Amino acid sequence: MPPILEAHGLTKRFKSTQALAGLDLTAERGQVTAILGPNGAGKTTFIRMVATLLLPDEGSLTVAGIDAIKEPERVRRAIGLAGQSAAVEDNMSGRENLELIGRLFGHGSRQAKASAGVVLELLGLGESADRLARTYSGGMRRKLDLGASLVGAPELLLLDEPTTGLDPRSRNDLWDAIRDLVAAGTDVLLTTQYLDEADHLAARIAIIDHGRVIAEGTPDELKSRAGADVIQVHVAHVADIDRALEVLAPLGHDTPRVDRPTRSIAIPVEKGSSRLLEAVRVLDGLGLEVSDIGLRRATLDEVFLSITGRPADETENPDPTPRRRRGQRPAPAPQESLR
Amino acid sequence: MTTANPALETHRLRLLDLPRPTRTAGAVTTTLSVARRTVLHNIRNPQVFVLGMVQGAMFLLIFRYVFGGAITSGIRYVDFLVPGFVGTGVLFSGMGSATGAAEDLTLGLFDRLRSLPVPRLGVVAGRVVADTALATIGLTVTTLVGFAVGFRTSAPIGGLLLAFVLCIFAAFAFTWMFVLLGLIAGTPQAAQGMGLLVFPFTFVSSAFVPVESMPGWMQAFARNQPLTQLVNAVRGFSLGDKAEQVLGHSAGYFAGRTVLWCALFILVFAPIAARRYQRG
Repeated sequence: MPPILEAHGLTKRFKSTQALAGLDLTAERGQVTAILGPNGAGKTTFIRMVATLLLPDEGSLTVAGIDAIKEPERVRRAIGLAGQSAAVEDNMSGRENLELIGRLFGHGSRQAKASAGVVLELLGLGESADRLARTYSGGMRRKLDLGASLVGAPELLLLDEPTTGLDPRSRNDLWDAIRDLVAAGTDVLLTTQYLDEADHLAARIAIIDHGRVIAEGTPDELKSRAGADVIQVHVAHVADIDRALEVLAPLGHDTPRVDRPTRSIAIPVEKGSSRLLEAVRVLDGLGLEVSDIGLRRATLDEVFLSITGRPADETENPDPTPRRRRGQRPAPAPQESLR
Repeated sequence: MTTANPALETHRLRLLDLPRPTRTAGAVTTTLSVARRTVLHNIRNPQVFVLGMVQGAMFLLIFRYVFGGAITSGIRYVDFLVPGFVGTGVLFSGMGSATGAAEDLTLGLFDRLRSLPVPRLGVVAGRVVADTALATIGLTVTTLVGFAVGFRTSAPIGGLLLAFVLCIFAAFAFTWMFVLLGLIAGTPQAAQGMGLLVFPFTFVSSAFVPVESMPGWMQAFARNQPLTQLVNAVRGFSLGDKAEQVLGHSAGYFAGRTVLWCALFILVFAPIAARRYQRG
């Protein structure tokens, strides 16, 4: 069987913005592939191309073995799209929404009803199935949206930032739902801005920036490039920063980053907990006053920084895809979800 | 992993059993499914829709009681005016189609539909069929208000029905153009702005005043544009001889020209709208 997705040299230009600049990506079957990148990196442009909503300027794209440029009609039979590019109808119930999409996928009315019922139960929306979607919470809407892409039992599920703007709890719920789908044998391609999301769900991660894949691998491979964990130290006095840095740097796997105004030092490390103990010991040995010390996971920022040499949020452009929407732009996710 | 829920085990098996469709949806299924969604969208959130009808009724009252006395139309003004209003109602509900189509774009609904294996013409046709159904409701209300403010007819029921059917057909034909406008506009606000295009068509027509009262150069446009044909046909069908004398031609003459205009609208705008929809 050919890979579920093969992209070579995809480019796309919108007026002054080069949204994709020669993107190459292969996604194997039987796993989740995550496209990770900051706003404006080209994630949405790419997933819209896979969903046959956009044609590339150049390059080739094969989805489930079908040429997506020559035969978009056949690709549409193989995919289901959900996330910020898609929508549910607010003035229809959850069940009506799924039955509608089921019919459009080609099911007869009886099968559309049956499939809608299965999907609603699967996503835990059974009890709310007959309420209008406009009464749903943000998390429920996302689930319904996900469900709409499932009723046609697609080979490849495309999720465009499925949890952006959700609170941590709904996010975990949705992650569970997505994991169950994967366990049931659906291939998934998802875009996300959050390292932890890619980490929780994906077997392979492609990091993209400026419309190009800049790093690719398993979550562990990528994180080890930035240090799997980070020791974060706040010293009590500015004067101590340099002395602390001197003893801490040898523990790190990459150059520590210092933020003088907040008196904090971040040291990427490989063996988190044992390094943390060492750090406490050496600081204690020097008699430095430390106001806070802790271990945390590397953030997307740090992975990004180690690969590109610049933070992930320093992008010149917001999302370049000309998508016209109003009132639906999801709020940025809460800070804690970046862990 | 937090999948301690035993029920999920059965779901997993059932999802595996979820069948893949063996065929794709045809044009008729697509059209009807999308139409049903659009009708429900409007009926279950009726503010915009009802406000449009209230606005229409208000205009009718203003023309009937404020301007009406100053306009000489050759027949009772209320009889002249109500068919004009029924006809312009068709255009005004078209403005709603433009904003509705633009809204479908911004909400991402069209993105989902375009990622599905359905005929592209079917999706746009669904929007048009639904808007025609909504226009029919508006048409019925306008007609009833017309009778309430004093419109009287002695025409046979067949003539009235013919007039009504002609209006529905015109609504169907014009909607293709309005949906295209909405798709081009891209946002509901812009679509509403473009919708102002209907004003020259509604006022530079025979809908509210006799065309003869306009300057000569304007008469040429007013006399031949599609809304005038529709309005005059409705007058002919509902008022009979007395209207046909004032208008100079028979109801059949105007109805024929209306149908030609409508056919032209459909032939030109349906393919462009379908192509534009696919492009996104």
